Amino acid sequence: MSTNTLHEYRTGWKRALIETKISLTSPGDMMGFVMPTGIAIVVLLFMQRADFEGAPVSLGSMNMPSLIGMNVVFGGITAMVGSLAMDRTNGTLLRAKSMPGGMTGYLVGNLVSTAMFISVTVVVLLAVGLPLFDGLEFGTPDRWLIFVAVLLMGIVAALPIGAVIGALLDNPRNMGLVMFPIMGLIAISGIFYPITALPGWLQGVGQVFPIYWMGLGMRHALLPDAMAAVEIGGQWRTVTMFAVLAVWAVASMALAPRLLRRMSRRESGSAVAARRADMQRDW
Amino acid sequence: MGHPPPLSSADGPAIVVTDLRMSYGATAVLTGLDLEVEPGGVTALLGPNGAGKTTTIEILEGFRARSDGDVQVLGVDPAHGDEAWRARLGVVLQEWRDNGKWKVRDIVAHFAEYYKPYAEPWGADELLEMVGLAAQSGQRVRTLSGGQRRRLDVALGIIGRPALLFLDEPTTGFDPHARREFHELIHRLTDLDGTTILLTTHDLDEAEKLAERILILAGGRIIADGSPDQLARAAATTAEVKWIQDGQAQIHATDDATDFVRKLLATDGGSVTELEIHRASLEDAYLELVAQFEAGEGATAVDTFLANLWLASFAKREAIR
Repeated sequence: MSTNTLHEYRTGWKRALIETKISLTSPGDMMGFVMPTGIAIVVLLFMQRADFEGAPVSLGSMNMPSLIGMNVVFGGITAMVGSLAMDRTNGTLLRAKSMPGGMTGYLVGNLVSTAMFISVTVVVLLAVGLPLFDGLEFGTPDRWLIFVAVLLMGIVAALPIGAVIGALLDNPRNMGLVMFPIMGLIAISGIFYPITALPGWLQGVGQVFPIYWMGLGMRHALLPDAMAAVEIGGQWRTVTMFAVLAVWAVASMALAPRLLRRMSRRESGSAVAARRADMQRDW
Repeated sequence: MGHPPPLSSADGPAIVVTDLRMSYGATAVLTGLDLEVEPGGVTALLGPNGAGKTTTIEILEGFRARSDGDVQVLGVDPAHGDEAWRARLGVVLQEWRDNGKWKVRDIVAHFAEYYKPYAEPWGADELLEMVGLAAQSGQRVRTLSGGQRRRLDVALGIIGRPALLFLDEPTTGFDPHARREFHELIHRLTDLDGTTILLTTHDLDEAEKLAERILILAGGRIIADGSPDQLARAAATTAEVKWIQDGQAQIHATDDATDFVRKLLATDGGSVTELEIHRASLEDAYLELVAQFEAGEGATAVDTFLANLWLASFAKREAIR
């Protein structure tokens, strides 16, 4: 790696720190996380009164780790797609293109700050979840290790997926086209109810995508071992979980640079202006 | 303005364009554009809306692939410009709303980082002082007024001390005050160092105020090229002489109004009244060009303009010489 490339990565890192600080101090960015997550936690609190077929912890406690896992994938993808779409409309991406090494700096900054933001939200969820929900276990180093490993794996898989979708999505108007299928996936990924309650073919579909595996990984990290009995096959399937997430990560990381380059190549002042005019016509 | 700045690191012309062509589908926007800009000074690319100014500047910036022709910017084909080449360019677009949540000083200090491997960038405070934004340095970018925002864009454009700065319609949407302040900033830039500036505008007045050389782009090519003075003189060469003789309105176009009038008055026997000499100004000729373009008569517009001014050959020869 040449010194200039190294410099670009370092500049990207600095950008990430500034962006993260901005996200964490902008009410708008924080509300995008706090509102839906807050509602989900309240729902889970009510679910604490329900049990699933004699499982040792309540349905609420069971779903709390799943919520954390979902937050990583869903939050990571939407943050990447959203920022790429926004930054193309407001010219941030074009600005990056106009500076030496700007594109690398922008992408590194964007990926790292998204990863930081997701990590902060996960820590917040954990800090809120542990005292509120009975039966979560997070007292021993082996749990911390699995938790951190699953979190990192989830981030590494989610961000490039988001970058691929974001690079393909030319117009912020089409955000909905991305969001609705992902919400549908959440419904069949065993986040708010065990996946085993679904018909077999839907379980199959759910297990293709990373949301299910992130939920499973987080349940593995935070729930008593006896809870594995509720899962498919009656076990945590640790290796499969990491393997599926890794496949997603590798596949999207292979695609992302090419698509991002294509996206960058197409950026110009008139492209930005056209996109903006298009948005305004819609409003 | 006016004094030629020292030659920057680039030897030879800053920009050389030969027979540049650009089509979007079946629509030809540029139909053989030739252009050469020496280092230093301000050159204005003037033309009606839709004449292809932005297309041209985007090709020069390396943001857009051309259909055909040769382009060299700082000795490099923009289609293959690397990061070191990019570091020697400054780009200020028509409208930029990026990084709105950043603080003014943060964005200037951070963006300077990108140039460090290639140049000695401006210090943030020094640069903000220069563009008149020192008081706004702690503000968020999106709270700046339109004029302040554009001055920030200029600051970010010149932050790496570029050899060549592109300004695309820099004062669109400005009130007269913001416009004046911006013009003063551009004058300050040209006094500072040897930065070559190429700006696009559809406003003749702006081009005359800022540029040492004006290129008029219409019909997909450069149709006139010269200093504001040269163009004005060329435009004023043809004069219209009007008078009333025996109750009849008369009109005559001539290249030598003085001589024509001398002869007219020597032979009329006192019957000529209400004599008027009207010199076509560059503004008249340009406004006619714009009006015809907007009526969708692009080809006619160029012909009329050239006929009015007969300056294509004259001014071009003068400027390219």
